[in-house]
Amino acid sequence: MLINFYPRNKLTKQVIRMELKIVVLAKQVPDTRNVGKDAMKEDGTVNRAALPAIFNPEDLNALEQALRLKEKNPGSTVHILTMGPSRAAEVIRESIFRGADGGYLLSGREFAGSDTLATSYALSCALRKIGKIDIIICGRQAIDGDTAQVGPQVAEKLSIPQITYAEEIVDVKDNTIIVKRRLERGTEVVQGKLPMLVTVNGSAAPCRPRHAKLTMKYKLAKTPSEIAEAGLDYTDLLSKKPYLKINELSVADIDHDPKWLGMSGSPTKVKQIESVVFTAKESKRLQPTDAEIDALMKELIVNHTIG
Amino acid sequence: MNNIFVYLEIEDGIVAEVSLELLTKGRTLADKLGCKLEALAIGYNLDGVAAQVFPYGVDRLTIADDKRLKYYTTLPHTSIVVKLFKEEKPQIALLGATSVGRDLGPRVSSALFSGLTADCTMLEIGEYEDKKNNKHYDNLLYQIRPAFGGNIVATIVNPECRPQMATVREGVMKKQILDNNYKGEVRCIDVNDYVSNEDFAIEVINRNIEKSKLNIKSAPIIVAGGYGMGSAEGFNMLYELASVLGGEVGASRAAVDAGFCEHERQIGQTGVTVRPKLYIACGISGQIQHIAGMQDSSIIIAINNDPNAPINTIADYVITGNVEDVVPKLIKYYKANTK
Repeated sequence: MLINFYPRNKLTKQVIRMELKIVVLAKQVPDTRNVGKDAMKEDGTVNRAALPAIFNPEDLNALEQALRLKEKNPGSTVHILTMGPSRAAEVIRESIFRGADGGYLLSGREFAGSDTLATSYALSCALRKIGKIDIIICGRQAIDGDTAQVGPQVAEKLSIPQITYAEEIVDVKDNTIIVKRRLERGTEVVQGKLPMLVTVNGSAAPCRPRHAKLTMKYKLAKTPSEIAEAGLDYTDLLSKKPYLKINELSVADIDHDPKWLGMSGSPTKVKQIESVVFTAKESKRLQPTDAEIDALMKELIVNHTIG
Repeated sequence: MNNIFVYLEIEDGIVAEVSLELLTKGRTLADKLGCKLEALAIGYNLDGVAAQVFPYGVDRLTIADDKRLKYYTTLPHTSIVVKLFKEEKPQIALLGATSVGRDLGPRVSSALFSGLTADCTMLEIGEYEDKKNNKHYDNLLYQIRPAFGGNIVATIVNPECRPQMATVREGVMKKQILDNNYKGEVRCIDVNDYVSNEDFAIEVINRNIEKSKLNIKSAPIIVAGGYGMGSAEGFNMLYELASVLGGEVGASRAAVDAGFCEHERQIGQTGVTVRPKLYIACGISGQIQHIAGMQDSSIIIAINNDPNAPINTIADYVITGNVEDVVPKLIKYYKANTK
C-alpha cells in the first residue's frame, strides 16, 4: 500500500525542477501554554471554553518548510489536511492566507474518541484519497498531547520512511530530500528518497505570512458545511472562484475499515483523569532584608544543605 | 515470552542514562508480574553493553550488532523491534522519551497496532474494569502521564493490545543498581534475518553531536531562573550564585523560549526532572509544567516579586522581593558565613 511517486520533472535551461506535491498535516489545538486560573473547572475537568483554539505551533513551522519548498520549486503545491470538527476549517483558512494552495478537512463523528493510532489510520486513509504525494510535512507534536506520535504512525501506515525532529529541509533534488535534524545534543543531516514524511521542530523558522493580497482573495473561503450552516448562497461565487471552496472529507470519502477508526481503533483507554494538585507546604516567609537573608544562609549551612 | 523489554539507547557504546533508569523500573515491574526483564541493544560494536546493563537486573540481553547500524535510523531499528516483538510477544515495552525513542516507538506501535503512551511520569501495575464491555483485567500497566499542558494527569491502559508500550523522559525514574554480580543470558541475533536492504532508506551524511557537558539532573544544588530574570544578562547573577554554591543553573520553559539560556537547562515536563537537595527558583511564577519537574527537591527557596506566585505554595522559604536585590545578598551572606 505504497504511495506511488512519479517525479514530474521539467527540463528548463539545464536546471531540473521538480514539481512537488506537498501535504501538511495540521491540528487545531486548545492553547495549553498560557493557561490562566480559569483553565480548570471546579470538578477538575478542563474548561475548554477558557482555552482559545489555535493553530498548533509546530504545524506552523511545518507549513513554513512546505511554503519554502514551493517557492524554490515552481509548480509545486501545498495542501493542508486536518482532522477535527467543522471549526477546524479555520486552520485551513489560515494556511491559505499564509500561502497554501488549499486544504482538506476530515470530519465526522466516526472519528471521535480517536487516540494517536486511530488518528493516524484516518489521516493515512485520507492521504491515500488525496493521491500521489511527494512529501508529507507535519509538526513534531501538538501542544495538547505532546506525544509526537501521529507523524511516525502515519508514515508506518503508508509504508514510507520518516525524518523526525527536522529543523530545516535543506534541499530536494534528484528525487532526494536532505534534512537537518535538531537532536538533544546537536544536529544531524540526513537524506533519503521521496516519498518522505518529515516532522518539524519548534526550533525551525517561524511561519511568516506571504502575500497580503492573497489574504484578501481568500477571505471568503469556506467549507460546504460552513456555507450551509450560515445559510449562504455560494453557487455563483464558487462557479467564478472555485478556489474559495475548502474540501471536506467524511468517512464515506475514504477507503477504510471502520474497526480501525475512533474508539474501536484506539488501543489506549483512559482509565482515570485527575486535575493536578500540588501539596502545599508550610512556607517560611522572609523579607529581602540583610538580616533575614543572613539568617537564612546560616540556617542552610548549619543543616548541611549548603557549604 | 510475555516478558518486559527495555529498548537500550546507545551512543558510542555507552548505554544512555534513561535506559538504565528504565531497566530499574522494568526490574520492579517484572518482579511484581513474575516475569523476566529483557534488554534489547541495536547498534555497532556492542561488546561492552552486557557489563553495563546486567547490574540492573537484566535476565536476558538481545544484541543486534552490525556495521550498518552504527548510527540510529528509523527503519532498520523498527524492523528488528517489530519482528522480535512478534516472536517474543512481550507484555510491556519501555523506551526513552528521547529523539530516538519518540521516533521509533510510534513507528513500532503503528506496525503492531499496540497502544503507546508518551512521556509517562509513573508506571504501575493494577487492574482495570471495562464497564462498557463488562470485562475485568488484572495486571495491566498503568501509564500515568500529564496532559493538557500539565493541568491534568491521565492514567492510560491498553487492555487488549500487546505489548503495552510507554516512553519515559530522562530523569523521571530513578536509576539503581540491583546487584553488581547479577548475570543474565546474552543472545546475539543475525541482523540479516530482521532487516532488508530497503530499510536503509535514510543515510546520515553529517553528524554533530556533543557530549553533554551539563549534568543538571545530578546537581545537588540548582539555581533556576524564569521569565522574571528579564534577559540573558539577568541570568549572569544566577551563574555566579550557582558557582559559589557549587550547583548548576536551570531554567523554566518561558526563560528558555525567550532565549535567556540553552534548552539543555530546561526543567519541567518538557525538560528534565530534578530532585536536588536545594532548589532556588528565581523569577519563576511556577506553571504546573515547571513544578512537575522540581517538586521533589528537598528544600525549595522561591524568590519572586509576586507574593501570590503559585511556586510559593510548594516552597519551604518564600522571599518576596526583586531577584536583582536578593540574589547578590545570597551570594554575599553565603560568602560571609563560610569564611
